Amino acid sequence: MSRHQTRATILSSLLMGLGQIYNRQFVKGALLVLFEAVSVTYFILNLRYALWGIVTLGENPRTAANMQPGEYDHSIFILIQSLITLLYLVVFLIIYYINIRDARKIGRERDQGNKVNNFKQSVRYILDYKFAQAFLSIPAIGILFFTVMPIIFMVMIAFTNYSSPNHVPPGKLVDWVGFDTFKNLLALKSWSHTFYGVLTWTIIWAVLSTVTTYFGGLLVALLINQKGIRFKGFWRTILIIPYAIPQLISLLVMRNMFNGEFGPINQYLGYFGLGGLPWLTDPFWAKVTVIIVNMWVGIPVSMLLIMGVLTTIPRDMYEAAEVDGASGYQKFRIITLPMILFTTAPTLIAQFAGNINNFNMIFLLTGGDPVKGDYQYAGATDLLVTWLYKLTLNQNRYNMASAVGIIIFLIIASFSIYNYRRTKSFKEEDMIQ
Amino acid sequence: MSRRKIRNYIRLTTSYITLVILAIGAIYPALWIVFGSLRPGTSLYSKSLLPERLTLEHYYGLFNSRTILYGQWYMNTFKVAIFSMLLGVTLTLLTSYAVSRFRFKGRQNALSVILVLGMFPGFMSMIAIFLLLKEMQLLDTHLALILVYAAGAPLGLTLIAKGFFDTIPRSLDEAARIDGASNFRIFISIILPLSKPILTYLALLQFVGPWVDFIFARLILRSKDKWTVAVGMWDMVQANQNSNFTMFAAGAVLIAVPITILFMFMQRLLVDGLTSGASKG
Repeated sequence: MSRHQTRATILSSLLMGLGQIYNRQFVKGALLVLFEAVSVTYFILNLRYALWGIVTLGENPRTAANMQPGEYDHSIFILIQSLITLLYLVVFLIIYYINIRDARKIGRERDQGNKVNNFKQSVRYILDYKFAQAFLSIPAIGILFFTVMPIIFMVMIAFTNYSSPNHVPPGKLVDWVGFDTFKNLLALKSWSHTFYGVLTWTIIWAVLSTVTTYFGGLLVALLINQKGIRFKGFWRTILIIPYAIPQLISLLVMRNMFNGEFGPINQYLGYFGLGGLPWLTDPFWAKVTVIIVNMWVGIPVSMLLIMGVLTTIPRDMYEAAEVDGASGYQKFRIITLPMILFTTAPTLIAQFAGNINNFNMIFLLTGGDPVKGDYQYAGATDLLVTWLYKLTLNQNRYNMASAVGIIIFLIIASFSIYNYRRTKSFKEEDMIQ
Repeated sequence: MSRRKIRNYIRLTTSYITLVILAIGAIYPALWIVFGSLRPGTSLYSKSLLPERLTLEHYYGLFNSRTILYGQWYMNTFKVAIFSMLLGVTLTLLTSYAVSRFRFKGRQNALSVILVLGMFPGFMSMIAIFLLLKEMQLLDTHLALILVYAAGAPLGLTLIAKGFFDTIPRSLDEAARIDGASNFRIFISIILPLSKPILTYLALLQFVGPWVDFIFARLILRSKDKWTVAVGMWDMVQANQNSNFTMFAAGAVLIAVPITILFMFMQRLLVDGLTSGASKG
């Protein structure tokens, strides 16, 4: 009974596309055979090298005798080439699996006496019923190579000793070291002091910057929304401007404005007979400056958001409260604030997670400075994320940077996933039909 | 009654004073940079906000300097921005249409993966991308920037676009499907025309990205004549800190003004698009 099904399955398992050819789908079968031929040739040429590479990370360092590229092993190139080969292998195996399943399914159709689609009909079928998967495969390839592959690569780096001065190719080889990098980061005094210091400031920064911009935005929104304030649209437009200017520009400008020697802010203070403040050069004041400038950039967003929420609060709630004799402050505390907090809670969590990773603000404004002597390559205002940048690009401590990156990722991902799972668009997305 | 009036009067006056102070605080840096770019000389500081004499020499200087190839940078950025916008928006539309309209196995997981990958610190993967581009011989080319910006677009933007597509009633596509329209046809002639607001939003975000990104561009673009504006501006601040502030200001105005206008325009569109239902129009 299931003669065709079994045969097609076995044939497809032996050689990709054979089952399809048996099923008289010649074009599809030929394409699959061709794909297998190309892939297998590639694997014969590369797979052994890839497995050797991923295990050893190279055995033959560059010396005076073998200066030409190709004569010595470059651990990092070996790692990335091996990774590409292995990823391709995974893609190949997935396609192989789909191929077998397809041959089996069509064999069954034939057993039941149904007509088999020709190539044109198959394409048509995919466009009608497998549209989403076909559509998604194009961006998926881009994401696989430019996002997933680099992430796997960097996670792997965290388990090697790829770092200056002793383990930077091509002069030296890189080796697997297991969890040593993480151990050093969390337990070795010189690193852990910096790590916990920077982590503490990152969290303080994320809390303060989120809270200040949120409540700042709330105050401004309430101020504009008061009864009797005229030209509401005008005030709103003016106060949105800081948000609309690209941060690259506004932060570089702020860096000039807060400059201790030449900056206009200190010059104006001097003009009024006040001494200037060491805005960007003193560890404490640099932190204050970062928070202030962040308020300048961030308050408009919260303001817009909260103004939007304010318009959705039903008027009759206030009217009922007025009948009961509530004062303005009571109305705010019992109606306005809970409504706003309830609606904006997900945004608040998202902003908090975003601030942990707020690279631009720190890098463009202070560059992480002022430098702290007892820190490993970090300054007083460095967040984990900017420290990671310095470790990578300035110090070539790639393994340490990767470990820091993994930790940042774990922190942010847990917040964001928790947040996303709670949102309406996830739970009730099929409500809109 | 009159006491209440007085209290009200005081409340409004203090509110207006606060608003004026906030408004000055909000626009002062912007005005300072605009007037700075028109001020003769190179100095960062002047006693008055308004310069005594206005000059356009810094703007001329940007385009006639041997060390500052501003015109070249501007064109480079424009090129990268246009192509990364076209490619990136197309990819984003494909993914978001697929995840919004179709129910298939592993869809929820695909969404979670998009969300999680989007949160990975970008430059952690920079070294790997750098090596990958080196393997592909694409270092110091604009194609590399375009590819990376466009490939990254679906991660950041899919969830936003999906949220919008979800609000377009399914009844519209179902009606079209009954009339025999293919998925492609539905996408092109129903979904796309209704998505103008989100399309504009995605396009502008994807266009503005290359103008303000300097981390990645700085890593990839090595020769000065290939730089983008952001890399050039960053270099101006780093290399000659404060020594030629007015020229920097002129360059900043030329980037910031168009983007700021685009941005304010975009916000209105977005709000309009998100608040008006598709069935009505």
